[in-house]
Amino acid sequence: MSPREIFALRDYLSPERKGRTISDAHEVVSLTDILSQTVLGDRLRELSGRAVLLKLSDQLRSGLAMIELDGIARRMLLCPPDLNPAYLDALIADAGIDAVVTDEPDRWAETGVSLVVTAQLPLQAATPVKTERATEWLMLTSGTSGVPKIVGHTLEALTGAIVAEGPARGPAPVWATFYDIRRYGGLQIFLRAILSGGSMVLSDPHEALADHVARLNAHAVSHISGTPSHWRKLLMSGAAAQFKPGYVRLSGEIADQAVLDGLKAAFPDSSVGHAYASTEAGVGFAVNDGLEGFPASYLGNRNGVEMKVVDGSLRIRSTRTAHAYIGRNAAALTDGDGFVDSGDIVELRGDRYYFVGRRGGIINIGGLKVHPEEIEAVINRHADVRMSRAKSRKSPITGGIVVADVILADGTDQARAKEIRDQILDQCRTQLASHKVPAVIRFVEALDVTPAGKLARTDA
Amino acid sequence: MSVRSKVIEAIQQIAKEQNVTLPALTDDLSLHETGFDSLAFAILVARLEDETGVDPFTISEDAAFPATVGDFVRAYENVPA
Repeated sequence: MSPREIFALRDYLSPERKGRTISDAHEVVSLTDILSQTVLGDRLRELSGRAVLLKLSDQLRSGLAMIELDGIARRMLLCPPDLNPAYLDALIADAGIDAVVTDEPDRWAETGVSLVVTAQLPLQAATPVKTERATEWLMLTSGTSGVPKIVGHTLEALTGAIVAEGPARGPAPVWATFYDIRRYGGLQIFLRAILSGGSMVLSDPHEALADHVARLNAHAVSHISGTPSHWRKLLMSGAAAQFKPGYVRLSGEIADQAVLDGLKAAFPDSSVGHAYASTEAGVGFAVNDGLEGFPASYLGNRNGVEMKVVDGSLRIRSTRTAHAYIGRNAAALTDGDGFVDSGDIVELRGDRYYFVGRRGGIINIGGLKVHPEEIEAVINRHADVRMSRAKSRKSPITGGIVVADVILADGTDQARAKEIRDQILDQCRTQLASHKVPAVIRFVEALDVTPAGKLARTDA
Repeated sequence: MSVRSKVIEAIQQIAKEQNVTLPALTDDLSLHETGFDSLAFAILVARLEDETGVDPFTISEDAAFPATVGDFVRAYENVPA
């Protein structure tokens, strides 16, 4: 056997922990009895040592298949729901896939993948199996155009931050997330639910927000996570009023002061924290003081996570980062010293670092570089603004100018639009360099959010 | 509202926002003398495009940028509907 014990997901589950469930909008599955059941039609043994593509149309079966495959398959590649099918062949070749777990077996009959296993509910009885190996978890990057990169993790790296925090005090948590668990942010929450001995309530992209919140309440969700865009949507919907989670977590996008304050006001009895994580860099840190950005003292080595800022971007080295990009022409994931360059640009003001934007998201305004997030953060500070998006627009005079689309908070009197526009512009002029002040502000009803829960920045 | 008054009103609004003190906006005033920098003109052209639906300086590849306030107003007046 290996020099140290290998833990797989199944080793965090046991029949002694009563009442644990994982549920979506349609089904509730007991996690207590899961070890003697199978979603794979009892064909898990055939997948031993295989490189498995997990391509399912729902999160529930995906999560159940992950529990079974971890520790048995050699590697598993998680496909998020918005994956462009045109990229599948390239991903299958790059990851050396030789088996697929699917709910559409007919689609795979004529492909080159030699082993096709159907995932199905209800669960069937199965003989419990023992963990055989440390399975490699393969995830896809989001937000890049073209074929997504495959990022290699181990369960140990994925759960590093969760294990470091130690077991939760009090009753076992009921976790929920607006994310899909086949993306890094959502997977973290799924893993937290499994490792904590708690339960998990999955999201459903086809469900109305009010119905989703009703379901969160029905399952007594205590811990919940989403992107700032997810949370702004919830705050705008008015559906938050009935919901009383104990812990509210933001990650995946910059959590500005406006959204943190908005959540604190909506959930006065909850802890509100924001976490910094990415598919490549893993979980960096959590910030629980209610303020945007993070203390400068987080740089250096803290709880095994080393961080530094080079050329303005945050670099991270820890055992929680991914270990490699996977594929035929995969680039190096880390620099020579093992640091992952997050591409997230930070700025030191006083004794705190603030996120100003993505390196790749810079817009060019008359030859000057501008982070749209920095402008949005200033606009969002206006009390009547719920959400905003800054972007560049072509100009025959300067090449480009900043324009902003703004969603006003619920119940804002439309007659005040001109007054609010002037106040936002005033606010921008006092807090931003002149080329960053929006030339035009447009009030809109909605802003596009990507399937990964992030504000769509198609022109960035 | 006439095209001319829309243009003049937009110029005055931007001057107020940018803290620019405008001289009297006569037709023969050179744009240089308005006190507007290129960013202010870029804002002006973008807002007028939103309001009137046209950007006369992008429509035509070879349109020379106007030299005076009168030229600027006429660029908007002369756009075919």
